[in-house]
Amino acid sequence: MAAYPPGLKYTKDHEWIDLTGDSGRVGITDYAQNSLGDVVYIELPEVGAKLKQGQSFGTIESVKAVSELYSPVTGEVTAVNADLKDKPESVNKDPHGSWMITIKLANASEATGLLDAAQYQDLVK
Amino acid sequence: MEQATAAPLKKTPLNARHRASGAKMVAFGGWDMPIEYSGITAEHMAVRERAGLFDVSHMGEIEIAGKDALAAVQRISSNDANKLQVGQAQYSGLMTDRGTFVDDLLVYRLAPEHFLLVVNAGNIAKDYAYIAEHIKAAGDAVAVDASSRYALLAVQGPRALDVLQTLTEVPLADIKYYWFAHGEVASVRATISRTGYTGEDGFEVFVPPQSAERVWQAVLDAGKAFDVIPCGLGARDTLRLEAGMRLHGNDIDDTTTAVEADLNWIVGWKKPDFLGASVLRQQKADGPPRRIVGFELAERGIARHGYDVYAPGSAAAAGIVTSGTQTPFLRKAIGMTYLPTAHTAPGTEFDIDIRGRRTRATVVPMPFYKRAK
Repeated sequence: MAAYPPGLKYTKDHEWIDLTGDSGRVGITDYAQNSLGDVVYIELPEVGAKLKQGQSFGTIESVKAVSELYSPVTGEVTAVNADLKDKPESVNKDPHGSWMITIKLANASEATGLLDAAQYQDLVK
Repeated sequence: MEQATAAPLKKTPLNARHRASGAKMVAFGGWDMPIEYSGITAEHMAVRERAGLFDVSHMGEIEIAGKDALAAVQRISSNDANKLQVGQAQYSGLMTDRGTFVDDLLVYRLAPEHFLLVVNAGNIAKDYAYIAEHIKAAGDAVAVDASSRYALLAVQGPRALDVLQTLTEVPLADIKYYWFAHGEVASVRATISRTGYTGEDGFEVFVPPQSAERVWQAVLDAGKAFDVIPCGLGARDTLRLEAGMRLHGNDIDDTTTAVEADLNWIVGWKKPDFLGASVLRQQKADGPPRRIVGFELAERGIARHGYDVYAPGSAAAAGIVTSGTQTPFLRKAIGMTYLPTAHTAPGTEFDIDIRGRRTRATVVPMPFYKRAK
């Protein structure tokens, strides 16, 4: 079991967000990738898509199952990680390094309500 | 993934072993089974390149014996059991009188009038009741549900013979494909069958349940030199799909006939009357209204079981995807579905609705994967 980086914030839906100023990169946790198994396909939104906290921003598909991806915060997508299209398996290899989208937060205070690494670790243990 | 469970899940003799080894477990056909050990892709590739070990003890074993056992088997099974010599096995269908599948099965001829039918885990009780009822008219033959007397391990892959040969004095190379022999494996009384559900060479080994763990461990120990790994039902499913093998409950069931399922080769056309014979003969002569096809997706994504399928030029769904996955070896999204017979030629393009997105699929010949001989 990988350690959960203390610098990230986490959701109960098993996404993480790495905040820098009023933007954050979003991915899924080691727990999520481990539950999914071998990831084969990730469908991500276009740059400019507007998301509400908890809204689906895409799907992630493993050999076993398909799951929705949920936005940790409200905001606008400012970047999408195109590398994941050809290398979806990097989510299995490096879940906390494989960002999917960058989102510009509409409301910075939303991030304070997310879980820290210790709280998330408690959730999934 | 919530599972509505009425009855407690059944366990194979290796259940504690799977759990202790950290396998991910899942409910399948009423059984608590490992879906994966190290990951579906790694396990799939191990079987294609080296060998993998599967616990398939959840499969059912029904024996039919008595002086009219052959006639009884001929009545309920679509294939021609009269072609089997003692020591030989065949793939077949347990048919309704409409020519559709109660189940699919392997028929082993243990003795001239003694057969072993290996059936799907979730269908054991249903199959047994159906068989017992329909062999009554065949004369002196009884069916026994012997499932609890067997554990079944599958060793599958190009190195399966090398691994298993280190544990037995039975000359495995002499066992032809779809034949079996009796002997000892790891000093345990066993029936060794050159069969499998992966598209690779390999063996299925029937052993007494109390000895299953001993044989399991012996295969893993002997397999270390070949990097053999334990595998779960996830890889079993992707392997069989790549090999174009039908899964009962998905690709064939009591709504699909053997002719529609493109399984004419498991019907004994020349044998006397059997369940479903008249419907099957008629459909073979007339041509079926629809037929199973294999398909590939042009784009990434997986067309999963249950997704709607649209034939060319038709606004209404023609049916559903019966099986679909991303195959680890071919690295393509493949699957099976039924299409109107006019649209089943390889190269035909049709659409699949993947969660609201129309995705183009192309009919391709099956099997998707065929091992080099």
